[in-house]
Amino acid sequence: MSQPLLQVKDLCTSFDVESGEVRAVNGISFNLDKGKVLGIVGESGSGKSVTAYSIMRILVEPGRIKSGQILFNGEDIVKYSKLQMRQFRGKRVSIIFQDPMTSLNPTYTIGNQLREAILLHTDRTKEQANARALEMLQLVGVNDPQKRLNQYPHELSGGMRQRVMIAMALACEPDILIADEPTTALDVTIQAQILELMKDLQKKLGMAIIMITHDLGVIADMCDEIIVMYAGRICERGTADEIFYNPCHEYTKGLLRSIPKLDSKNERLIPIEGSPVDLTCMPAGCAFAARCDKAMKICLKQLPQEYWINDEHLASCWMNVKKVYDEAAKGGEA
Amino acid sequence: MLKYAVKRILLAIVTVFIIAAITFFSMNAIPGGPFSKEKAGDPAVQAVLEKRFGLDKPVHEQFIMYLGNVLRGDFGISLKTGRDISQTISESFAVSARLGGMAAATAVCIGLVLGAIAALSRGKWPDRLIIFVTTLFVSVPSFILATLLLLVFCLMLGWFGVWSPNNPNYVLPVISLALYPMSYITRLTKSSMLDVLGQDYIRTARAKGVRESLVIFKHALRNALIPVITYVGPMTAYILTGSMVVETVFTVGGLGTKFVSAINNQDYPMIMGVTLFLAILMVAATLISDLVYKVVDPRISFD
Repeated sequence: MSQPLLQVKDLCTSFDVESGEVRAVNGISFNLDKGKVLGIVGESGSGKSVTAYSIMRILVEPGRIKSGQILFNGEDIVKYSKLQMRQFRGKRVSIIFQDPMTSLNPTYTIGNQLREAILLHTDRTKEQANARALEMLQLVGVNDPQKRLNQYPHELSGGMRQRVMIAMALACEPDILIADEPTTALDVTIQAQILELMKDLQKKLGMAIIMITHDLGVIADMCDEIIVMYAGRICERGTADEIFYNPCHEYTKGLLRSIPKLDSKNERLIPIEGSPVDLTCMPAGCAFAARCDKAMKICLKQLPQEYWINDEHLASCWMNVKKVYDEAAKGGEA
Repeated sequence: MLKYAVKRILLAIVTVFIIAAITFFSMNAIPGGPFSKEKAGDPAVQAVLEKRFGLDKPVHEQFIMYLGNVLRGDFGISLKTGRDISQTISESFAVSARLGGMAAATAVCIGLVLGAIAALSRGKWPDRLIIFVTTLFVSVPSFILATLLLLVFCLMLGWFGVWSPNNPNYVLPVISLALYPMSYITRLTKSSMLDVLGQDYIRTARAKGVRESLVIFKHALRNALIPVITYVGPMTAYILTGSMVVETVFTVGGLGTKFVSAINNQDYPMIMGVTLFLAILMVAATLISDLVYKVVDPRISFD
């Protein structure tokens, strides 16, 4: 078996604040193969973005990677020097952010910012970099690209700015593109356009994508694999079909119930009651137990292990163990 | 841009006119006059002098007359020294402006650097030290600072000579003049820098692989400068025209000193001359800093 492009092994990222240690990411592991699309889903504060920032190592103080490995082509980037990290960012792995309105520097032209990314990682001359910037803007479907190069971010709409961000991220042909809620700040029609663009670019350029979102609907037909995160841990993972049609964690089920469906008439959406757990004092058992309406005694006491549902599906929920026991008991009676 | 500048200049003329009017009428409302003190014993002489300079007419007539003269470029002569006012102002402004120019440059250069250092070392000792010292300089009145500097470095340690017109020693006056704006700029730069460093586009720059020094000097500093410019414009005008306090303490014969003595003497044309000069300078400085904005921040439009 060939080596995965990216391997995250038992990653722990914490923020040391006055009230204690916030364990934003609490021991997660996953692999990403070349050219695949991985979705990371979870509500606010579940550690999705922190995972992304850990991979880029752009955590802001007091955030730090406490333990674990992030292997890119087998090399642990947690051990990279600042210089190595600078050459890695934007070249091997790029990221686009949630809010395109604030993600571009307001005091420099689009051309200047695109050129900067290109010149940092390639030996192109300024003219060649300009040509490349133009080419990238055409690729992401920005209209009138020549004119845009000399414009400032405030002269462009949100959707256009996100296209520019994508152009900037892909300018140096990275192996992985991390998209941290790329459509959350955009209105619905623009959301669809941006997603369509990303799918299209993925086909054309063949980079792997880590798609981070709190909206399962956004990534339904885009991802090869989906990870569901809750309170800094992975609670369920599997192929997109398995997650959507055979959810095996109560939290995932809750998320799916809260998505509106096309065929439902006058049905109320079912929200997940309660609020996320306090990351400074994590419970001993399953972090979701307090909000789970099927919680059992063991859920409060002991952390559930990852349990294989089938070859393509893992879930960390005691309900799956219970199911096995129940079925065994039934079999015994019969 | 041009339309904006013209509009601003027209507005500036109105501003200067209002300042002139307020000063003129309130100055005349103060009891006494330029000739009332020394010549108090001789009412006849006083009356002749007042008639000679038109002070016997109603105040509003005097004001109109004054404006007419000013429009013809005649600021009058000092009632105290008899010298031409434009000439007096230009001579003493040369002294104040040289002193102020050095002080303003010092304040901006050191202030920006200290502010950036404080922001980058937030919570660590350089930040705490810088904030402690600058808070001190912002809170202590300049006449105390100036007097202390004079006492310690001039009289006790003898490092710097006392100011004299033929042998001006700029070091201490420049320091006393620069400390307050420098401290203010430091604090302004720090808070604005911290604000900018938390912005998304700084994260974008880091994610692109930009070197940390470039993140700070290319991406952060330019944005952080925007609020600082608002302060630096008027500050420069203020500092150039001379500080009454600092000039008095160091006996520098600049515009500040002239202004104070004009007020004490109720030297009406001199007060008006200096006030108009200061007002025009201030308005011009504000206008220039607004135009500089546009250069630094492309989002600002003048339409």
